[in-house]
Amino acid sequence: MIYLTRKAEFAASHYYHNPEFTPEENQRVFGKCNNPNGHGHNYTLEVTVKGEIDPRSGFVVDLKQLKGVLTREVLDAMDHRFLNREVPEFANQIPTTENLAIAIWQRLEPKLKAAQLHRVRVYETPDLFVDFYGEA
Amino acid sequence: MKAYLTRRYMFSASHRLHNEAMSAQENLDTYGKCNNPHGHGHNYMLEVTVSGQVDPSTGMVCNLADLDGFVHRDILERVDIQNLNTLPEFQSEVPTTENLCTVLHEILQRGFTEAHLEKVRLEETMMNSFEYTGGNERIW
Repeated sequence: MIYLTRKAEFAASHYYHNPEFTPEENQRVFGKCNNPNGHGHNYTLEVTVKGEIDPRSGFVVDLKQLKGVLTREVLDAMDHRFLNREVPEFANQIPTTENLAIAIWQRLEPKLKAAQLHRVRVYETPDLFVDFYGEA
Repeated sequence: MKAYLTRRYMFSASHRLHNEAMSAQENLDTYGKCNNPHGHGHNYMLEVTVSGQVDPSTGMVCNLADLDGFVHRDILERVDIQNLNTLPEFQSEVPTTENLCTVLHEILQRGFTEAHLEKVRLEETMMNSFEYTGGNERIW
């Protein structure tokens, strides 16, 4: 099994708010991230796929295709967007890095053909990242 | 859904690698420049990985403020700008980054209960790093 990782970057804004919490509870749990005007990050996405090497091409996956899927499914939808308002997954869930990694996995997984998705890693900042492996 | 959250922290500390049970020559052969009696220092990068179900009400594995608070109070305040050889944990163990990794894993394992501890990773310099999972092996 060979693992291949492709990186991409996107910039987006978000804020954390649970409508079922009181304002005080939102403030206590989410702190500064609760500001309804939002704030932004430069996200780095790392997508790792796995598979056997195709003996004819020598590839585990065609990088051009992988890049195309990443661009269409993730970057076009999220780059320079306000995640809470413009990405449908976050209409009713909080756009934390955890939920972002899960949403990106769910967007990519059905679109990948040759290789199998192994890991989605989302860096919110260089000091904070979340990994999702498709585990329930 | 289960997710893995990793947070990075920096600290600076000095140490000397020296084992009292070895002869002076053996210490020098084993530890080289790191055996310098006056010690030397590093900018360490600590990476803590925790896992758990993403709480639907917060979207989080655990509250980052709680993890940061624990690491600052129980680790960084004890090791940052310190000489590792003076810590109780290194009175009978050599403060290699391997041993520091297991010591920090133990502190987190014992004290941070809001999420499952997966891994402690330490970079001693940009050229070398160490990981300890407490025996739980998986492909990252």
